[in-house]
Amino acid sequence: MHYERPSSLKDATRLLAGAKGRAYVLAGGSDLLVRMKGGFIEPELVVDIKAIKGLGDIRKSGKGFSIGAAVPCAAIGESAALKKAWPGVVEAANLIGSKQIQGRCTIAGNLCNASPAADSVPALVAAGANAVIAGPKGKRTIAVDKVVKAPGSTSLRKGEIVEAIVLDKRPPRSADAYLRFIPRTEMDIAVVGAAVNLTLDSKGMVKSARIVLGAVAPTAILVPRAAKAIIGTKLDEAALDRLAEACSAACKPIDDKRGTIEFRKKVAGVLARRAAGIAYKRAGGK
Amino acid sequence: MNFDASFAAKKFDSVGTRPVRPDGVDKVTGRARYGADFNMPGQLVGAILRSPHAHAKIKKIDVSKAAKLKGVKAVITAADMPDLTDGNSDLYDILDNCMARDKALYDGHAVAAVAAVDAHTAREALKRIKVSYQVLPHVTDVDQAVKPGAPLVHKDTFTAGIDPRPAKPSNVAKRSEYGHGDVDKGFKQADIIVERNYRTEQTHQGYIEPHACVASVNADGTADMWVCTQGHFVFRQTCADLLGFDVSKLRVTSSEIGGGFGGKTHVWIEPVALALSRKAGRPVKLVMPREDVFRASGPTSATSIDVRIGARKDGTITAAQADLRYSCGPYQGMWAELGAMTSFACYDLENVKSVGHEVLVNRPKSAAYRAPSAPMAAFAVESAVDELAHQIGMDPVEFRIKNAAKQGTKSSYGPVYGPIGIGPTLEAARDHPHMKARLGQNQGRGMACGFWFNFGGQTCTDLNIGLDGTVTLAVGTVDVGGARASLSLVAAEELGISYD
Amino acid sequence: MTAIAVSTTINGDDVDVLCRTDETLLDVLRDRLGLTGSKEGCGTGDCGACSVIVDGRLVCACLVLGAEAEGRHIETIEGMANGDELHPLQSSFLEHAALQCGVCTPGFLIAAKDLLEKNPEPSEEEIRFALAGNLCRCTGYDKIVRAVQDAARVMKGG
Repeated sequence: MHYERPSSLKDATRLLAGAKGRAYVLAGGSDLLVRMKGGFIEPELVVDIKAIKGLGDIRKSGKGFSIGAAVPCAAIGESAALKKAWPGVVEAANLIGSKQIQGRCTIAGNLCNASPAADSVPALVAAGANAVIAGPKGKRTIAVDKVVKAPGSTSLRKGEIVEAIVLDKRPPRSADAYLRFIPRTEMDIAVVGAAVNLTLDSKGMVKSARIVLGAVAPTAILVPRAAKAIIGTKLDEAALDRLAEACSAACKPIDDKRGTIEFRKKVAGVLARRAAGIAYKRAGGK
Repeated sequence: MNFDASFAAKKFDSVGTRPVRPDGVDKVTGRARYGADFNMPGQLVGAILRSPHAHAKIKKIDVSKAAKLKGVKAVITAADMPDLTDGNSDLYDILDNCMARDKALYDGHAVAAVAAVDAHTAREALKRIKVSYQVLPHVTDVDQAVKPGAPLVHKDTFTAGIDPRPAKPSNVAKRSEYGHGDVDKGFKQADIIVERNYRTEQTHQGYIEPHACVASVNADGTADMWVCTQGHFVFRQTCADLLGFDVSKLRVTSSEIGGGFGGKTHVWIEPVALALSRKAGRPVKLVMPREDVFRASGPTSATSIDVRIGARKDGTITAAQADLRYSCGPYQGMWAELGAMTSFACYDLENVKSVGHEVLVNRPKSAAYRAPSAPMAAFAVESAVDELAHQIGMDPVEFRIKNAAKQGTKSSYGPVYGPIGIGPTLEAARDHPHMKARLGQNQGRGMACGFWFNFGGQTCTDLNIGLDGTVTLAVGTVDVGGARASLSLVAAEELGISYD
Repeated sequence: MTAIAVSTTINGDDVDVLCRTDETLLDVLRDRLGLTGSKEGCGTGDCGACSVIVDGRLVCACLVLGAEAEGRHIETIEGMANGDELHPLQSSFLEHAALQCGVCTPGFLIAAKDLLEKNPEPSEEEIRFALAGNLCRCTGYDKIVRAVQDAARVMKGG
């Protein structure tokens, strides 16, 4: 196995593009090293992107936030500005693993690992986040939900690296929230995850909303019908009932030891409903 | 030994105090040495190849490519661990579990092992070993395994404990029965009978430290082993028996132990490490990866237990019966028997019968785990006892007090009890304020009884008085979590000296 | 072969070490440098027994490549005491009997040290949350939590 630590994106993409065997990007390594340890993969090349300038930074500009691909989730939790603007994204990122894992894991890695149960992905999709992708042929920016194709599979081409996750500037009275269900109190993989991102109008009515479920389908799923159920409302009970029903109906979960289909469907509705309430309050709704 | 009440009111000087444990500083500074923390000069790294099949005939093992790899110093299979057990079936089972002979009996069963100059080379060597398997039907569920027509783990297992011996082989290796009185008569006297089936899954002890050892066999036939174990004398005896060492020529030193909970009372990899070292002529360190710990070191039995208990309206149990099926993995154990012995041992019963079935399945060999077998039996019996108390309309604690074993009770497994504390303990629990504390939302309260014996093992103790008058206590018992402190306190107490 | 040279700082000392590219930092600490205080309980980041601090971040050494240690500052259990003087957390673990078999203890101490450096007055809930990545099978955690609470008090000068 070759280990490389390039100092520029150009070198990194060149190395990945030129690799003969299987090549992997190493940011936090909390998925990659586990797969190596288990003998599931034997990389020919590992490209550590942590020495690339800028990839370890969270940048705030007039357009919003750019979170470098090598930023550990612990640093995301330490960013007061990010927490204020995108509390749901931050709480989702901070639910991944333990403090030890937080010290390493990244949201770009969580996205590219393409697990159906990834905690940060529903929140990022709800947030309408984009992934900036660097490759041998230059850069491109795509919505994060276009990155994950199926469990373990992404739309990244050979040599491409997610360089940063970009979150747009928020209109006023906007907020998001993420909740997940796990059998333990900490350190577990989501059985169901629900993210809600919404914006209120000046009267406290929901103006726009994005509702996303995790761990109930091969990829995180956007549920427009759930959003429609609460747009134009102040989250009255009837609206929340419709939202929960839409979420339960949108699930296509698997049946396994961690949760039955029936359980996951029901919990998806319950969590989305609660997350909507939290986001609504955070946005200033009463 | 029976409970000795004569110490009950005694005042102690050392016993009961809470000094800092003698092993404490080493453990908080990282200096304490556990199984994997020890190294020897010229040491090799061992690794074990394990079966990916739950049940398969091993047709052929080709180790030639592995042996040729640079840095590989020994490759072994069952052929390198010949059968020296001389008809002792318990020992043979241990040997077979350490290294599969003609069949792989569970996913994770060892089929070959290597020793190489480093871990990477050892792993590469494993990939080069070719095993030809003929996959056989398998059975892993304890209730499925006892059904007629279930795949047989061994074709030559005929249930022991039944007279006459059954004509057909089965996965029930042994039947054992305990009890007294006449349960049929007892159930006729009952006003209410509760009858239920309870199933529990196997659980692993989950000690944080995986099994690890360093073995060194010398040219003169002496050998040394450093190992994390709950009983180094047992390990020494077993390893010596399996590999043909004189016990006196095999020195086993127990390391600090990172949790055992019963799981480190059995040998798993230690004979393999010795066999590798013997073949390579160099010390070999063998550490189980966590995945192997879960795949190939023993969990508890999975169980399926039928319980039937009858009582009169006044709360007197008139009859109690249990049929217990415990999975043993592929080798006969005494797990169901221990379940049968302990299941009703808490109670004073006129009519009681417990029947245990040792069930063979294609899972890792079941191992001891904290009062092995008793918790599952207690779970089943106590669940039924609770339900019975509720049906009678009696407080479950009172119900248990009424039926609790006392001095002179003939226990369900045979002996007559001397002084026994269950009654007073239950009364103390009943009278405790916590039993009456108001419950909050989503809170519940319950209680259950359990029974366990005490077993002894081999050990030895030396007490030396130094020229300066201080006392050294050397005990040949592994300190799993506080023996050094507690035994030093006992010694200080008896000698009338201070612990410091 | 594919050994590479890594220059790093461990517990304040400069260290040069050769390692394979696929070796973890835990392998390097234990097998190359003899620093066996960090334990491998799982090798997959689940048990926390190999907790170390790398450039101020708490991590599992089993999920870091040895190669990544280049130029970093690493703190392990072996550097926690100042010579003969135990760290207040170490003393507190002893006083509160917050250890039995002790194999998880180095990881707990490093994780607790990281916590108290970032949050000198954690609540019980914060302590339990921060230590959720460290598994202990003996103690039931309660004594560990109390030991950390007490050490926090001592470190504050209370």
